[in-house]
Parts: sequence; structure tokens; C-alpha cells
Amino acid sequence: MSEQKETIITVKNLVKKFGDFKANDNLSFEVFKGEIFGFLGANGAGKTTAIKILCGLWVPTSGDIKVAGFDIYTQTEQIKKNIGYMSQKFSLYEDITVFENIRLFGGIYGLSRQEIAQRAADLMHRLDIEHSRDKLISSLPLGWRQKLAFSVAILHNPKLVFLDEPTGGVDPVTRRKFWDQIYEAADKGITVFVTTHYMDEAEYCDRVSIMVDGRIADLDTPSALKEKYSVKNMNEVFLKIARIKPDQNN
Amino acid sequence: MKRFWGFVLKEFLHIFRDPRTMLILFGIPIVQVLLFGYVITNEIKDVKIAILDQSKDHVTIELTNKIISSGFFILDRNIKSINEVEDVFKEGNVRQVIIFESGFGKNLKREGTANIQLIADASDANTANLVVHYTMAIIGDFVREQNKLTGSPIQFVPEVRMLYNSELKGVYMFIPGIMAMILILVSAMMTSISIVREKELGTMETLLVSPLRPLQIILGKVTPYILLSFINAVTIIIMGNMVFGMPVQGSMILLLAESILYILLGLSLGILISTITKTQQNAMFISLFVLMLPTILLSGFIFPIENMPKILQWLSILMPPRWFITIIKNIMLKGTGLMYVWKETVILIVMTSVFLGLSIRKFKIRLE
Amino acid sequence: MTLNITDINKSFEGLQALTDITFSVKEGELFGLIGPDGSGKTTLFRIITTLLLPDRGEVNLFGINVLENYKKIRQLVGYMAGRFSLYHDLTVEENLKFYATVFGTTIEKNYDLIKDVYCQIEPFKTRKAGKLSGGMKQKLALSCALIHKPKLLVLDEPTTGVDAVSRMEFWEMLKRLQKRGITILVSTSYMDEASLCDRVGLIQKGNLLSVNKPEKIITEYQKELLSVSSDNLYKLVNDLRSEKNTHSAFLFGQSVHLTRKDQNITAEQVVKYLQHNGHENIRVKVIKPGIEDCFMDLMNEEDEVLLSG
Repeated sequence: MSEQKETIITVKNLVKKFGDFKANDNLSFEVFKGEIFGFLGANGAGKTTAIKILCGLWVPTSGDIKVAGFDIYTQTEQIKKNIGYMSQKFSLYEDITVFENIRLFGGIYGLSRQEIAQRAADLMHRLDIEHSRDKLISSLPLGWRQKLAFSVAILHNPKLVFLDEPTGGVDPVTRRKFWDQIYEAADKGITVFVTTHYMDEAEYCDRVSIMVDGRIADLDTPSALKEKYSVKNMNEVFLKIARIKPDQNN
Repeated sequence: MKRFWGFVLKEFLHIFRDPRTMLILFGIPIVQVLLFGYVITNEIKDVKIAILDQSKDHVTIELTNKIISSGFFILDRNIKSINEVEDVFKEGNVRQVIIFESGFGKNLKREGTANIQLIADASDANTANLVVHYTMAIIGDFVREQNKLTGSPIQFVPEVRMLYNSELKGVYMFIPGIMAMILILVSAMMTSISIVREKELGTMETLLVSPLRPLQIILGKVTPYILLSFINAVTIIIMGNMVFGMPVQGSMILLLAESILYILLGLSLGILISTITKTQQNAMFISLFVLMLPTILLSGFIFPIENMPKILQWLSILMPPRWFITIIKNIMLKGTGLMYVWKETVILIVMTSVFLGLSIRKFKIRLE
Repeated sequence: MTLNITDINKSFEGLQALTDITFSVKEGELFGLIGPDGSGKTTLFRIITTLLLPDRGEVNLFGINVLENYKKIRQLVGYMAGRFSLYHDLTVEENLKFYATVFGTTIEKNYDLIKDVYCQIEPFKTRKAGKLSGGMKQKLALSCALIHKPKLLVLDEPTTGVDAVSRMEFWEMLKRLQKRGITILVSTSYMDEASLCDRVGLIQKGNLLSVNKPEKIITEYQKELLSVSSDNLYKLVNDLRSEKNTHSAFLFGQSVHLTRKDQNITAEQVVKYLQHNGHENIRVKVIKPGIEDCFMDLMNEEDEVLLSG
């Protein structure tokens, strides 16, 4: 990345300790506006901790962190207004309808009635699910649910969206359609911060960071990483980086 | 057999590792006994009464003294006419008026019967009921003493239930109630939760796929709770005795045996609950609403059964604690043997078998 | 044949979970059931392990009818449920000991079999299972499933939620267990794990799409597959999709996998089309499909059959 880009996340010397255990050990990185940033790492490497801190849910032990231009210690309310969040585990309420979900999340993010009505209509038109407006989420096929969940996560036009393993266990077609949506969002200028266990998905990111044992072991574009470790794909990059340390600490 | 004990050992590990479980198992019974014990003893103390003595002979004076010296009642005033009764109650301080008929002592001597009228302020029905019961018991006690003294039988209608509880301490009536409530809660709620937890965790799948038989799984899960509930029962009896001076007049062995029967009943209810629920939360709610509330409300623990509407009286027949409370009151306070409680015991045995049979039928060897 | 599954059907509250599932697993084979979440893998495994009864169909294991003799089957099968069924408040060693006693054996007796797996977590045997990482939980759960020397090991999504390194190590362990004569039936939602199995069954929405050796599934792929790349991946996939001759265009890593309706359209024509649309550094080549390509192709076929039927 030679050209000067506007940053949306700035992390300097982030440390998060739980007792003696350093879950995040001096992380420093930047995420640029409009990019798709892949956040990879083995289980327990500290990804979830870092995401929780960036979303303003946890306070770090030390470090300077700015998200969407706001300070992580003092301006968590503003941060929450400017980010979207979606995880594999929870996205939409299954026992209420499509429209009720949209209305609910629109309300949570402080959209006015007209805004909600307009964006809901717009969203359902774009996803071609107008006929399912009053159907329960639980009755929708998985692929639709996922598309809808993502659209709802960016309903309030956040500057930045966090996706925590959004595609785990999903069939290959749905998974790809989901990435089409991610690209679309990035194209509109929304920054995407995504974690995944699928290494082919790491290839779709503009830049990826790989965490090992609470540190960022490497961070670059997928092609630069592959060149550096002289391997063919991101899976091998990941294995090379993560395998350096003994398995017990995993 | 080794499989089985391995299972039981694991169950104990779960219990001892979880402070919350330990607290529920041992902390709550102690707190409950103390709480109920002290709250209840204060409840009927220094109740203000008024007396209309139309006879003023040595019998009425003696009886009046006995009532007032019992510590439960304070004589607010003596009244002179029946017309004053309504005014006394309207003032709101006096809870009960005792009226001796004129010539009370004479009638008693001549005919062996005399009339006392107890009028209670029933705006607070429960207190009124308690007050009347206490008074009648004191009177009954008085009659007994008189009978012993004179040898000639005097006709009286004492309140049978309190006849033997001569000191009339409220806590005596509540210890059996607490015991009934805690034992059923611990044994039913804790077992159902611990079985359902395995379902939630997904470990039940593995257990079902193992060569353990369903019966072994059930027994393995409940065995520790039999022991722990038993310890609870003993704790409550000891606390009742040490802190509140609650006696055990009858056979200790019978008392403990009945407690074990009742614990088994609770456990079989717990298993039954676990077969119809899927989450721990669910199991807890069902235990609380199906077991605890009815125990408190319908077993005669707090509200006398005879005061309930007919429908609720019928319902209370279905409440296991009702029978257990009767049994232990009999054993602890009256010192009666199995002869007097066999009917209640049989009822508990039948209930246990029904619940156990139902839960074994409902316990699935598969996931559906 | 170790395991014969014939014509299994199962529905839950009117929803068809499995439709006419028929396949068999040979002795000593490592068989993979591959499909996304909700495709029916867990339901099928629960039927095989006697936890559920099918609406219709038969399961035979070592010549024993699974549906009638559940007790016998439960001695022969080692089952590792999804979400690793471990007691979180017990230590690593206590968990293993517990499962050993449940199956009427001891750790010492079968240490030889589990050694390879267990020795990796043995240094942490006094740690509570709830405090283990995903990879370590997975190894412990496998040790527990192996403790009674089962003849058939049934593993339900053992690699879900586990990172790539642990996943690879896990498959290496399975290969070693297979060499010791244990038949292994494993399910996964990771398509790339298919190549590690002797044979695989691809499952989607309760239908078996195909059962074969991984390489056979690939050779059965009919279409010619092109890998297309250029500087702008997102624009590339959109441009390819809006071309009327495109049958399917999906992102695969850094390139787009493209199938055409008309096989006569050459790679050069594709390049020309893309140049016309302003792409740079265009590369187009014919490639061999992977399992994922095959799965997606079979999925489409299935949908088309459903639509026309």
C-alpha cells in the first residue's frame, strides 16, 4: 500500500491482560477506509478479545486505539453508532418476522420511522424478498437469512462493519454469495473487518493479519504474504506461520 | 457395578466443584430454618385481647391468668357488656374477645360443661385463625390440668391438633413445613437440573451411546442427591432442636425412614421433570412453580387446609408435602409410631411408585 | 461391508431431514460425509449411533440391525458428538477416566490406542476441560471416544470451529487410527477435507448428491472449468456474470471459476470480452475442478431437478 490512505482503525501498542495471561500482547496495526481487512488466527490466539475491544465492549489494559475517529476509552457510544456487527452465532431473531427484525435493529440504531420504512423497502427490494416481508426468519432458507443479517448489520450505514466468522458451516454457494455482498459493501465505501476459518476467503481480503499467541505474526496483502513465504495459497501461509510455535500453547 | 460407582463419583465432583450448587444444598436450608423460625415466633406474640367475664369466679380468673401469662396475649382491657365488642374491634388494636358465660364455674361443676365464646377480628383471616387456635389450645391445656386434678371428666372441645404442643410455639409448626419444602426442592430441582444439564451440554448423547443402561444413568445421577438430601434432613432436625428447642418425641429411626421415603418421592419427581424439559432454566421454573408454590400454599404449611375452598382442599390431597408434614408433626410432636401414620406413609409410597414408573417410562433410550 | 445404510428417510415435524439415503462403508475405510450445516449430517449420524429412529429404512452394522439391537451397537461404536461432549467442570484426566469407567475399562488398558492423541494433552491433565482451547478439546473428545477400542468411530463435525493447524493435525491423527484397523465415519462442512478421505458422500438438504472416491467425483465433472483472474476481482465477477453465455461464475481465492453454457466459446474470447470491459492483467486457464466445484455443480443440478420436478 504505497499511496497514502485514510485510516479508520488505528491501534498502537494494544495490551489486554487477564491476570497474568496476555490475550493481546502489544498489537499495533491500521485499517484503511474502504478496505476488506482479514483478521486471522488460531483459536485462542486473541482474535475475539481484540474484536471486543475494537467494538467498545471491553476496555484494554493499555494502548492507544481509535475506531472511526473516536477514542476507545472515552467515546464508546459514538463508536457503537458508527460500526455494524454480525457474527455467525447471533444475527437475527428467529421468532419474529423479516420486517420486524429490520424495524427492531433500525430502532436500536436510532433511525427515524420514515428512514426505517424507506430503508426496509429498499433492502427487501434489493434482496428480492418483498414477498417474505411478514414471514418468520426461522422459515427462511439459510442463504437468505445470512444476506438479510448482513444487510441489517449495515442498515444504519456504518463506516465500518465487523464480521465474526460470518460464513462458518455454510454451503459453498451461499458462502460465495455472501462474499459478493461483502464486496458490494466495500465498493460503497464501508470498511469490512472480517474473521474466518476458510483460508480461501483470506484471499478475498485486501490485507490480512495473522495472529499467533496474542501477537500479530504478520500483516500484508495476500499476494505479498504468499511471495514472502514462497507458497501457493493462504492456507499454506497460515500453516507456516501458525506452526512455528509448539501445539501446546494453541 | 464399577461403571455405576464411576458415574456416582463424577456426579459428586460436579456438586463439589460448583459453589452455587453447594450453596443451594447447604446454605439455603440453614437460612430458611432460621428465617422462618424467627419470623414465625414473632408473628403471634403480644396479641391484644379483651375479656368479657360475666362470671368472675375462680375458674374464669384462673383461665384468664393462664391465657395472659402464656406470653402470646396481652390483656388490653376488660369489658362489661356484649355491646362493647364491636367498638373494641373498630378501634383496631384488639384481635380477639373472650367471653365467659355467667356462672361459668358453677356450670362446669354441675354439668361438666361450660361455654366460652371466642370472637376474633377476621379482617386478617390468618392471624385470626392462629389466635383462635392458640387460645383454644391453651383452654384445652387448662381442661386437661383440671381433669388431672379433679379426676372427674369435664366436657370440652379442645383443638386436637395443638393439644400436645403445650408450649405452643409457632416454630414447631413450621419446622416440618420447611423440611417438606426444602427436601422436595433439593431433591427434585437439583436432580432435574443436573440431568437436563447433560442434555444441554450434549454429554447425554455420549452416555446414551455408551453401554450404560438408562436405569444406571438415572440411578447414578440421583444417588448423590439421596445422600445430600438426607444430610439436609438431619441438619434441619438438629437445627430445629438446638436453635428452637423443637423436640423429637417419637422414634428417630421412623422419622429418618419417612424422610428417606419423601426424598425418594422428590427424586422421582425430579427425574420426571427432567424427561419433559430440555433446558436447565425450564427445569428450574417447573420445579419452582410445580413444587415450591404448591408446597407453601396448599400443604397446610402456612395456610390451614380446612380454611381453603373445597376445590383447593381436594387439590391439596395431591400434594405430597401435605402428607409428609402430617407424618413428621405426628412423630416429632406427638411421639406417635407408624401405627398412626401408616395411611400417610402408604399414600407417599403410592405417589413415589407412580412418579418413578412414569419417569422410567418417559426416560428415553434415544434422543426423541 | 462394515456399515450398510439403506433407504433412510427421516422427517421432523413435517420437515424432511433425510431423503432416501443409501450408502455403505467398507471395513477399515475413512469415509467422509461432506455437506453444509443443516444438510442432515448430524441426523444421519444419530440414526447410525442408535440415538434416533428413522421413519423408514435400515441400518446394518457388522451384520447387526442397528434399529433393533441398540445395546450391542453401543459397545461397538465410538461416537464423538458435535460440540464435543465433555464435562467442563472436570479435568482432562477426570473426563477420560469417567468415560473409561462408563465403558467398563481403564485408561491404562487402552493407553496404547489413545497414546498418539492423548499424549499431546497429557501435560494439561489437571486442567479443567472448560479451560481448554478448541483444538485441545477436540483431542480430548477423540481420546474419550476411543477409550473402549471401538470398531467404528463416528465423528460428527470434529473440525468445526477449530483452526486450520489443529484441523490438519486432527486429520493426521485420523489417518494413523485408520492404519490400526478402525473404520472411521466423519462428517465435515469443510469441502477441502474431502481429499483426505478414502471415499466421500456429498450431502445437501438431506439428499446424497454423490458417493465416490474424491478423485472419481472430480473426474465425473462434465464441464470445462476456467480460472479467470484480473486486477479487480469484484468487477471481474460482476462482469462475468452479466455476460449472457456464463453458466456460473464464483469467487475462488484470487480468481473466478467460470463455466460457460456454450463450450465452444474459447478462453481467448473470454479474454477479449474482459479487455473490452477495461480489465488488466487478465489470465484465463483451464483447470481441474476441486471438490467444492463439484459440490456446487451437483447442488445446482439438484435444484434444477427440484424446480423442473
